Amino acid sequence: MIENVDVALVDWSRAQFALTAIYHWIFVPLTLGLSFVIAIMESVYVRTGKEEWKRATKFWMTLFGINFAIGVATGIILEFEFGTNWSNYSWFVGDIFGAPLAIEGILAFFLESTFIAVMFFGWNKVGKKFHLASSWLVAIGANLSALWILVANSWMQNPVGMVFNPETARNEMADFWAVLFNPVAVDKFLHTVTSGFLLASLFVIGVSSWFLLKNREEWLARKSILIAGIFGLASSLMVVFTGDTSARTLSEVQPVKFAAFEALYDGKKDAGLVAIGALRDTKKETRLPDAKEFAFRIEIPGFLSLMTGGSRDTYVPGLNDLVYGLPDSTLMTVSEKMHRGTVALNMLNDYKKARRDKDIVKAEEIKKSFHQKDFVDAHFRYFGYAFLDKPEDVVPNVPISFYSFHLMVMLGFLFVLICILALFFLYRGTITKNRWFLWITVISIPLAYIASEAGWVVAEMGRQPWIIQDLMPVSAAVSQISAGAVMTTFILFAILFTALLAAEVSIMIRQIKTGPKH
Amino acid sequence: MKLSPFNPINKVFRFYSDGFRDMSAWGRKVWIIILVKLFIIFLILKVFFFPDILKKEFATDEQRSEYVLDQLTKISRSND
Repeated sequence: MIENVDVALVDWSRAQFALTAIYHWIFVPLTLGLSFVIAIMESVYVRTGKEEWKRATKFWMTLFGINFAIGVATGIILEFEFGTNWSNYSWFVGDIFGAPLAIEGILAFFLESTFIAVMFFGWNKVGKKFHLASSWLVAIGANLSALWILVANSWMQNPVGMVFNPETARNEMADFWAVLFNPVAVDKFLHTVTSGFLLASLFVIGVSSWFLLKNREEWLARKSILIAGIFGLASSLMVVFTGDTSARTLSEVQPVKFAAFEALYDGKKDAGLVAIGALRDTKKETRLPDAKEFAFRIEIPGFLSLMTGGSRDTYVPGLNDLVYGLPDSTLMTVSEKMHRGTVALNMLNDYKKARRDKDIVKAEEIKKSFHQKDFVDAHFRYFGYAFLDKPEDVVPNVPISFYSFHLMVMLGFLFVLICILALFFLYRGTITKNRWFLWITVISIPLAYIASEAGWVVAEMGRQPWIIQDLMPVSAAVSQISAGAVMTTFILFAILFTALLAAEVSIMIRQIKTGPKH
Repeated sequence: MKLSPFNPINKVFRFYSDGFRDMSAWGRKVWIIILVKLFIIFLILKVFFFPDILKKEFATDEQRSEYVLDQLTKISRSND
C-alpha cells in the first residue's frame, strides 16, 4: 500500500466523486433520449404539416430545455476532482483521457450549443427543414458527446491501446482505434445510450399519462405515448440485447465484477442465473472474509454458463476461484498477480534509481522493457496488484453489486412490459379506461432513474478496488490532501446539486401543469 | 462602422439577441440558474476549492513526473 494513505481520504474522495457522478447522471439520460423523441415528433410535423405535432414538439422541447440547462456543466466538476482529488491518477492516465474528453468538448460546444440555439430561437427564423436538421443534430451531438465520455470510462474498465512511459510516469496512447473500439466501450456506449432512450420514453409516457388522468391534452398525450411507446420498446429490446453482450464481455475482462453481480463464490459448470434472491452472512467457514450466502433465490438453470460461453458446460469461475485459483486450470491466483505486479513496480524503482545515478544505459534498457509485449503481458498488466495488501482486496462489495445489478435488470424487464402495454392499450383504444396502468407509468418515471443510477453503481462499485482495472487501485490514485477539505467540498456539492435538482423538478412540474401553449 | 442588416455577423447577432429578448418566463428562469451555477462552479469551486494539485505544486512536467513516480514507488509492503 502507498505509504501514509489515509483511508478516510480515499473514502471521502470516492464518496465525493460518486455524489457528483450520480447527480450529473440525473440530467444526462433524459437529454440523450428526449432529444431523439423531439426530433422524431418534429419529423412527423414537417412531413404532415399538422400544427398539433408542432405544438407537441414544442412542449417536449420545453422540458428538454429545462433539463439540459440545469444539467449543463455539472460534469465539469468531475474533471475538477480529477485534478484535485485524483492527481496521481490524472497524471498516470496521460493523454488517454485527454483526447476523448477534448473531442467531447469540441463536439458538445459546436453541435449542441450551436444547434440548440436554432432549436429554441429559430422556429420563425429558419426554414422548417433547417430547423428539423438542427433538432436531429442536437440529438446526434448529445449522444456523440456521451460516446467520448464512455470511451474514457471504458478505458478505465479495460485499459487498451497504450504504452506506459516510465520517464514521464504516464500512459501514452499507442492505438487510438483500439481505445475507441475497446469491446467494453462499444457495449457500454450502446447499453448506456439506449437506456437513456428508454428512460426518456418512460418520462414521455408517464407525463402523457398524467395528462390523460387529468382529462387534459388527450390528442398530445396519445400521440406522445405512441411515439415514446415505439421508441421505448425498440430501445428496451436494445438495452436487453446490449446488457447481454456487456455481461459476456465483462465475464472476460472483469470476471471478479461479473462474479460479484451474481454473488457467485464457488465457480461451476451449468451455473444458473439468479433471477431474484436475497443474501445473508454465511455461517459456514469460508476463505473469503464476510462471504455471503443466499437466504433464498430463484434461478434460471444453466443460464449463466450459457450467457458467458454459449454452452451449459461452460465453467463460470466464482470469487474464490478468481482470488485463490483453481487446480488444473489456467486461472491465475491474485497472489501470483501481486508478485508479477511487484516485479513491474521494482523495475520502475530501478528505473528511478538509474536515472538518479545518471546511468543512462540502464535507464534506457528499462524504459524499453516497458514497451516490450512480453514484459507488458507478463508483468506490467498486473502493475496495480503491487499496491494491494492482500489477495482478498480485489473483491468488491458483493451485496451492493448483487442488489444494484438485480434491481437494474428487474426494472429493465418491467419497462419492456410497460412499453408493450402502453402500445397495446393505445391500439385497443382502452388506455384511458385503464387508470391503474396510467398511474403505473407515472410511478415508472422515478423508477427509470433508479434503474439508470443502479447501472452505474454496478459498473463503478463492482470494479473496486480499481480506478484503472489491474493497473491502479484507488488508494494509489488519490492526491495527498486533507480528508477534511474533501469532506467540506462533499457537503458543498450536496447542497449545490440538491438545489439544482429541486429547481429542475419544480420548474419542470410547473411547466407540465401549465401544459403546451395554445 | 455600421454593419448591414444582411451581413452574416449581424444576422447571427440579431438571431441570438431576438431569441433572448423574446424568451419565455421559464427560459429566463433557467438562464438565471445557468449563470448562478456557472459562477459557483468556475469562480468559487474551481478557484477556492479545486486547484490542479500538480500544476499548483510543481512548475514543470518533469517535476510532476518525478513526484508521481515517487508516489507510485513508495510502497511499505516488502517487494517480495
